[in-house]
Amino acid sequence: MSNTAKHLSVSVWRGFADGHYQTFEVPRQDNQTVLDVVTWIQRNTEPSLAYRFACRVGVCGSCAMTVNGRPRWTCRTHISKVVDQDGKLELAPLANLPPIKDLVADMRPFFDKWEKAEGKFHPSKTRVDPMATISPETTKRQAADKAIECINCGVCYAACDSVRWNPAYLGPAALNRAWTLANDERDAGGPQRLKAVSANGGCHSCHSHQSCEQHCPIGLNPTESIAGLKRLTVDAYIRGELS
Amino acid sequence: MSVRNTAYRGNMLWIAAMIHRVSGVLLALFLPFHFLVLGLALEGEAALDGFLIWTENPLVKFAEMGLVFLLTIHLLGGLRVLVIENLPWREDHKTLATLTTSIAAVVAFVFLTRVL
Ligand code: SF4
Ligand code: SF4
Ligand code: FES
Repeated sequence: MSNTAKHLSVSVWRGFADGHYQTFEVPRQDNQTVLDVVTWIQRNTEPSLAYRFACRVGVCGSCAMTVNGRPRWTCRTHISKVVDQDGKLELAPLANLPPIKDLVADMRPFFDKWEKAEGKFHPSKTRVDPMATISPETTKRQAADKAIECINCGVCYAACDSVRWNPAYLGPAALNRAWTLANDERDAGGPQRLKAVSANGGCHSCHSHQSCEQHCPIGLNPTESIAGLKRLTVDAYIRGELS
Repeated sequence: MSVRNTAYRGNMLWIAAMIHRVSGVLLALFLPFHFLVLGLALEGEAALDGFLIWTENPLVKFAEMGLVFLLTIHLLGGLRVLVIENLPWREDHKTLATLTTSIAAVVAFVFLTRVL
């Protein structure tokens, strides 16, 4: 720490859509995450600062913000990764979502689109049926497993230019979830899901920019999932199952 | 004051996608001129020849190189998207993107050396 600043100079977005950046001095520590910095400001300098978090260990997906201009999960972003020796840090709410106040964005459009993409399970059995046996070896299960660990953080959604340019676009996370369900052998919602994801604003609105893949903190690859949906929907269209 | 939140742009793959898009727009802008020149043939040999002599100008040749570059890079960019969307996932997209640009540059350069 000898040649790095002892303090961080943190510009934090305050207010609503027409807000402004306010700068805070925060003591720099060896082990400090971006979320620690925000919490320090709220506890020591500005009690009215609004932000969102829950688990602090990268599980709940609630702490994502814009850090130095790009979306990140903040509880698992170490300061040393985003701040250089001059100690400057800039924080704002997640992009592509309506700001509520300070660092909090309204996640409702994100989850509404999740529903719209049929990102929910449609059971094919009842509780009295015997449990389905799913082999982890099948291609379908492996495709689902590869995409399933999404924590709904919205980082990919904030990094997607197609979301930014096309308000109807369902976005990487919702379509990624739809892909996992399309590969779930227990699910019975296939036809209506394919219809939902091939409608206007669905998977064909993705331009394969791969920003989602580049920024997902879990290392998921929504571009690959969406490409899978594109193929599924085209196959269904050729077979006349999508009218 | 507005929020600064577009720093996610500018990585290799994003640039590749944008080059593909911008080259497409530029080619679309060029298309009417292309048809205009073809149209000259209808007006008689002299009109077309007059134009073709003008294209011998090194500066025009240089601009043509730009055109060949745009065409090649747009074609390769399109192939890249087809690979992404239709073949099993590859982990070397960045290499692919760099290769695309390099091939386009080489093709454009070869074109220039052949016509000058
Ligand atoms: S690949 Fe598709 S979903 Fe992902 S960032 Fe690009 S346009 Fe958005
Ligand atoms: S796909 Fe990744 S970036 Fe997108 S919401 Fe899920 S965990 Fe977050
Ligand atoms: S606080 Fe739960 S993921 Fe960051």
